[in-house]
Amino acid sequence: MTVTELVPYEDALASYDPVMGLEVHVELGTKTKMFCGCSTELGADANSQTCPTCLGLPGALPVVNAVGVESAIKIGLALNCRIAEWCRFARKNYFYPDMPKNFQTSQYDEPIAFDGYLDVQLEDGEVFRVEIERAHMEEDTGKSTHVGGATGRIHGASHSLLDYNRAGIPLIEIVTKPITGAGERAPEVAKAYVAELRELIKALGVSEARMEMGQMRCDVNLSLRPHGTETFGTRSETKNVNSLRSVERAVRYEISRHAGVLNAGGKVVQETRHFHEDDGSTTSGRIKEEAEDYRYFPEPDLVPVAPSREWVEELRATLPELPRVRRNRLREEWGVSEHDMQSILNAGAVDLIVATTEAGADSAAARKWWMGELARSANESGTELSALPITPAQVARVAALVAEGALNDKLARQVIEGVLAGEGDPDAVVEKRGLKVVSDDSALGAAVDEAIAANAAIADKIRAGKVAAAGALVGAVMKATRGQADAARVRELILEKLGVEG
Amino acid sequence: MPGITREEVAHLARLARLELKDEELDHFATQLDDIIGAVARVSEVAEQDVPPTSHPLPLTNVMRADEVRPSLTPQQALSGAPAQEQQRFKVPQILGED
Repeated sequence: MTVTELVPYEDALASYDPVMGLEVHVELGTKTKMFCGCSTELGADANSQTCPTCLGLPGALPVVNAVGVESAIKIGLALNCRIAEWCRFARKNYFYPDMPKNFQTSQYDEPIAFDGYLDVQLEDGEVFRVEIERAHMEEDTGKSTHVGGATGRIHGASHSLLDYNRAGIPLIEIVTKPITGAGERAPEVAKAYVAELRELIKALGVSEARMEMGQMRCDVNLSLRPHGTETFGTRSETKNVNSLRSVERAVRYEISRHAGVLNAGGKVVQETRHFHEDDGSTTSGRIKEEAEDYRYFPEPDLVPVAPSREWVEELRATLPELPRVRRNRLREEWGVSEHDMQSILNAGAVDLIVATTEAGADSAAARKWWMGELARSANESGTELSALPITPAQVARVAALVAEGALNDKLARQVIEGVLAGEGDPDAVVEKRGLKVVSDDSALGAAVDEAIAANAAIADKIRAGKVAAAGALVGAVMKATRGQADAARVRELILEKLGVEG
Repeated sequence: MPGITREEVAHLARLARLELKDEELDHFATQLDDIIGAVARVSEVAEQDVPPTSHPLPLTNVMRADEVRPSLTPQQALSGAPAQEQQRFKVPQILGED
């Protein structure tokens, strides 16, 4: 095994120009599989969601899922693609136990969507256009468990076990054209593209596109060419890069590795590579003994799909606002910077904030709670913001209580803590924990008198006209009332009792 | 000239995981070449106005509503499996050691 010297990233970019190709597989969120009525529900017992069709038993006939086709067209339209007037499915023949049929039903030279683009916005606001080659319909494979080897790897396993519940779940494969001109920003462009695509898929409602659940998976093709040359170099294909951060790291690593091979006068091997999450490296997969030869041919058991132009236009009319456009609109409405908006996006808070404002909160308050208290809580418990046991409506209620003066920020944080702890709605938590701001004069009066008596020197200063000194007394009252006093009312009472005009 | 060579038959046999002896390769290569030659005669009579046909019926857009239908039970699904383990299909070693 030869060890390649990695070239520092900057040095690699000084000599070479990276070219990328990204292939993203999206598992659709349909109720049933692509070609049969088996459920796609996650977490079912092994092999409890199969039938003669997805097991490839003799005589079984597939019928395509209408929602699968509709979702593919929606994705194509959102990616500014042309939609085929007529296209067929094809059999991709290969022997591997993950497909019991010994072929994957896919599309070959007649994808349902082709020639599109997706504009992605980089962190500094620059917009980069990624050209889309095609988006086609296919099906997922079964899940293998390798037994007997070290750490479940296929190498050295004595045998493997197959669960075909996933075999036949609808997939849309989205393939970019070669991405050139990204230069040193190639890793960032790759990450931004996958992130934008994920947002788009979610906005379309065709999949939850959760990468950590394998609902969206990315293969990264990368090659380098010396600056000033047109011909692409030999590419490597890093498979199953399954988080945004990993996409960025895989591109970066491969740039350094390819440069190392080329600088040493070697040739990059066209091969499949595996990405390792732990150290961000890639290692060689199997070098295929023979060139891939899938012997594609038109699937005779499925009739062609010929979406009428009326249907396509109907679907086009249902497309939601593009995520990038929506983000920019919200950013302006909320009056936040590009950087803050990026943080909100990264935190997964955009939709939560929108929902909270729709429930009546103003956007500043909604942002404050989701990006402050709640983001911290999610971070501590290692969950996603959206998985916290609090709803946008509950956050909006907390914001409303603050706005009407029934709660101050300190109490509001305790209310949120209570909701997260499962103590009920905000009002119930307020009730149970007794978290009302005290603005009742008789209750506050005694605390104010005590504070004045205990801080005679400060009280004298205030009497002498140094109104600013009142802050210290307000603080003393707040402390005595454990934060439950209405600070503004306390200040008024102090000045009143000391006979000073506010 | 359409046709198939002995090398192509050997290649296809390997892709199809068929172990063919030398004499079988000779035999099948000749036979397959004859068959392909016979089928190719169709192309001779089909002019430009006859498109290649993958589906004999003029049907398109046969689709199914996205509604769950009962699946087989795991026992039924596995009933034809040569080997099983943990309610899964058991298959022989896929790759050897590196």
